[in-house]
Amino acid sequence: MRAAEATFPSQNVAPRTRNFYLVPYLLWMLLFVAAPIILIVYDSLFDVDGNFTFANYGHFFTPVYMKMTFSSFWYAFLITAFSLLVSYPAAYLLTRTKHKQLWLLLIILPSWINLLLKTYAFIGLFGTYGAANAILETIGIGRQQILFTDFSFIFVSVYIFIPFMILPIFNALEELNPSLIDAARDLGASPWTTFRRVIFPLTINGVKSGCQAVFIPALSLFMITRLIAGNRVITLGTAIEQHFLVTQDWGMGATIAVFLIIAMAIIMILTGNRARGRR
Amino acid sequence: MNQLVRMMVIVVLLAFALMYGASALNSSQGYSGANTLTIYNWGDYIDPDLIAEFEKESGLKVIYSTFDSNEAMMTKIEQGGTTFDISVPSEYAISKMKEENLLLPIDKSKLPNLKYIDPSYMNLSFDPNNEYSIPYFWGTVGIVYNPELVKGIDFKSWNDLWDPSLRNQILLVDGAREVIGFGLNCLGYSLNDTNEEHLQQAKNKLKELTPNVKAIVGDEIKLLLANEEAAVGVVWSGDAAEIIDENDKLTYVVPEEGSNLWFDNMVIPKTAKNVEGAHKFINFMLDPEHAAQNVEYVGYATPNKKALELLPEDISGDERFYPRKEVTAKLEVYRNLGKKMLAHYNDLFLEFKMHRK
Repeated sequence: MRAAEATFPSQNVAPRTRNFYLVPYLLWMLLFVAAPIILIVYDSLFDVDGNFTFANYGHFFTPVYMKMTFSSFWYAFLITAFSLLVSYPAAYLLTRTKHKQLWLLLIILPSWINLLLKTYAFIGLFGTYGAANAILETIGIGRQQILFTDFSFIFVSVYIFIPFMILPIFNALEELNPSLIDAARDLGASPWTTFRRVIFPLTINGVKSGCQAVFIPALSLFMITRLIAGNRVITLGTAIEQHFLVTQDWGMGATIAVFLIIAMAIIMILTGNRARGRR
Repeated sequence: MNQLVRMMVIVVLLAFALMYGASALNSSQGYSGANTLTIYNWGDYIDPDLIAEFEKESGLKVIYSTFDSNEAMMTKIEQGGTTFDISVPSEYAISKMKEENLLLPIDKSKLPNLKYIDPSYMNLSFDPNNEYSIPYFWGTVGIVYNPELVKGIDFKSWNDLWDPSLRNQILLVDGAREVIGFGLNCLGYSLNDTNEEHLQQAKNKLKELTPNVKAIVGDEIKLLLANEEAAVGVVWSGDAAEIIDENDKLTYVVPEEGSNLWFDNMVIPKTAKNVEGAHKFINFMLDPEHAAQNVEYVGYATPNKKALELLPEDISGDERFYPRKEVTAKLEVYRNLGKKMLAHYNDLFLEFKMHRK
């Protein structure tokens, strides 16, 4: 999907050979990127009984689905914002530690564990008689409902997405030339100004790709909405799952998927690298 | 470039070699169509010891895979590419599969044990004369609750769920037909109602339930209720039996207005490769001793009269799970409402889920 900038070194290679090397790549794109999208658009043009119709698109603009779209975007935004809030300082501190690769590995490690397994663990941790509530009780706050709230939903999602946010930011910070920071200090900039005028602008690309890597999957989350939010949070992903598995209204499911693809494309364009011209 | 071609040829050859190796290995262990039996069943819905016993008795190798919704199962069978010999759909799914010619007729002369089945579970509207399906388990939808935590409420009526003292105490099963169904039931309508006005009334009634609903969950509901995460749950009877097995403070009741009565029947999908073996398996499961053993493991109600006699009194005499005739008379079986209506039920259910407290 992010193949827009794929350019091949065209100098010393004969054009024929070059085209030959392109074949597997093009085939892959055709089979696994273009074909599924075309199939989804095609499926979205049929109703439950298999008649050709545009009614699905009309149905999408009813209050139920509009509200769902709005809440999907809202939660995806919150998840991305909190992930960024946690990840940027974490990545910054990582670059300053002695054994960065080890620390980085430890942060990435949880993403090797199956997503469903981690989510189930949180049901136990956040339950009425779980570890989190036991702590709250011993410090005198008393038991709270944690599971099936907005808080638990965003907390677990942020926990799951953090590695995807830290990695690009960490790489951007690593590439940053430390002498630029020294120069800013020498010229009398306060730490805050240094961050605002030097560090942040130079790592903005890492932040952008981190936001893409979090916002786009967060938009179509579905399993966590049921397990952690107890279906109190309904996103477009939940609706797609329902339409494909329960109602078998593939047309409507595909229509929602088309809108998700459009939304993702817009986000990619908005956050895309526009720095190319400057280089 | 030559190297690339050579590499690709090697990969392709290797793939074919592996495919051949796998099929040779399978047939050497007897995994071919004629002496295997592929069973496609709900998760945790058979005593695994029975499968081992059947393998020993019949000499067939059983391949067991599971599904978690009728719809997912039907989609897989419809699309082909599978070799399921036995499946266990619910009643409305059976009538749908019949319509779409996804089932093979059952030869009753090969099922001598069929005589043990209680006639009142045979010849039901979804499959007249049991041409395509044989009863496996049946059950109800009702309320499981913890009497210690809900003071004085006995859930004789669905309306008890709306009691203000139950704020944030109810877990619902994630099923559109179940939830919209009890919404209709508590207003006195049939749970197969397709009248738009009645459905809207049910939706508005359910909207008022929102403050009491803690969560709408799937299979986790068993774990959550057994851990006393909530005081009340709307569940299938078999799940209730499992929950009570885990935590005997809870009890189960079917509200008086009526509820859903469901059946899971054994069928032979048209994808079957071993029809003979499938009949053998159905007959094996109909044997009273095997059926009784299966009940003790699974916990749902058996339609097998002889098996019921073999079961201890505390199971077979439990009116919560084997309700008396007056109660079952009020229960309704889901009718296949058609895809359009099912989609509408789901949209209403989605709307219900989206209400914020």
